[in-house]
Amino acid sequence: MSARQVAESVLDPELPVLTLADLGVLREVSEDGGRVVVTITPTYSGCPALDEMRADLHTKLTEAGYADVEIRTALRPAWTTDWISEDGLRKLADHGIAPPQRIGPRAVGPIPLNLAPPVRRVACPRCGSARTTELSRFGSTACKALRRCEDCREPFEQIKEF
Amino acid sequence: MTVERVELSAELAGGEGRAGSADVAEYALWLGDDALILSQQLGAWIARAPELEEDVALANIALDLLGQARMLLTRAGEIQGTDEDTLAYLRDAAEFRNVRLAEIDCGPGPGGDFGTTIARLLVFSTWRLALLDALTGSADPVLAAVAAKGVKEVAYHRDHAAQWALRLAGGTEFSRSRMIAGLDKVWPLTDELFTPHPVELRLAGVAVDPSTLRSEVDSVLDTVLGAADLARPDVPQSPGAGRDGVHTDELGPLLAEMQQVARALPGAVW
Repeated sequence: MSARQVAESVLDPELPVLTLADLGVLREVSEDGGRVVVTITPTYSGCPALDEMRADLHTKLTEAGYADVEIRTALRPAWTTDWISEDGLRKLADHGIAPPQRIGPRAVGPIPLNLAPPVRRVACPRCGSARTTELSRFGSTACKALRRCEDCREPFEQIKEF
Repeated sequence: MTVERVELSAELAGGEGRAGSADVAEYALWLGDDALILSQQLGAWIARAPELEEDVALANIALDLLGQARMLLTRAGEIQGTDEDTLAYLRDAAEFRNVRLAEIDCGPGPGGDFGTTIARLLVFSTWRLALLDALTGSADPVLAAVAAKGVKEVAYHRDHAAQWALRLAGGTEFSRSRMIAGLDKVWPLTDELFTPHPVELRLAGVAVDPSTLRSEVDSVLDTVLGAADLARPDVPQSPGAGRDGVHTDELGPLLAEMQQVARALPGAVW
């Protein structure tokens, strides 16, 4: 396997249904002679999974026979949920985590203040109902919000738009 | 488990701001200290917030700020020839450069309550968001990159605080009184946020002159206060300047707790 294929197959430690490539944090893989340089970007500034991702990439590439591996972290451009692949969105939904909607580039001007949770039609990953409400913008990891379905009454997680 | 060093090489590679100056280090330290100290304060709420979801929310906000602090202290440390841990754990209160709004005790405990904490988070996040947004255009590659990530995070923090302010102000008479008391407590520390310092003025193009943020911050706070039917507090401003190391008495106990393990066991890893 090429170094890129190996790096692309490494799973996200906090959302192990996604690969780092699905999540959009894998920015670049370069192979020059025996030397491999992988560049990843953190999702959130404080994401504690970043160290795990670095370690996992290093381990998998070493196991695949690449002896000289460097993992770099780049902050810019800042990660956005728009970088989650179509495959990634589908895998999230299949595993009961509502995927984020596409948000596009930020509009010019001041950042809008939301005095109420923004109204988004997020389908319940369990029963499909569109009648769901946000319980908390902050969930079990930095990238998730907590929602509840008003029909089946089950709580569920959503990757919040970022 | 081990926590790896924050690595900023990709931001610095080939960047003209690579070397940085003593002023850039000082400025990165300021913004890092703001985030680090508020992160520590918010962490005190974990398992003590009014509901489980709020424990999680405040912990997440604290984690975002801690991440921003680590990158900023790393940047300061690279220029000063030290590292993030030394800066976080081995400086005394007078060496910290955070604004005093970040350090005051807003609870839990005798220093305040959830209303005070929300009032502080509202003012702090509104100000920091405006600051980071302006900083995305900085000539310093690390400051610009940290700001671009931070803007997205702090926008969520500000929304969270604003939505709670409305909920508390529009709840019971008691919750409303706590929100008003909280704003009265934090408001005397607002002028400090907008007072330019010679370091910021020397760093034109790199740092943000905080006096330029006032109208945007005022307008957002007025929107929230208006929606909550709350008046702008009419309280005198408290003199002092965290940027010069002139702090309240509340920073010392916070540092004692934050630094005790690192100071008791120098060089310890786990």
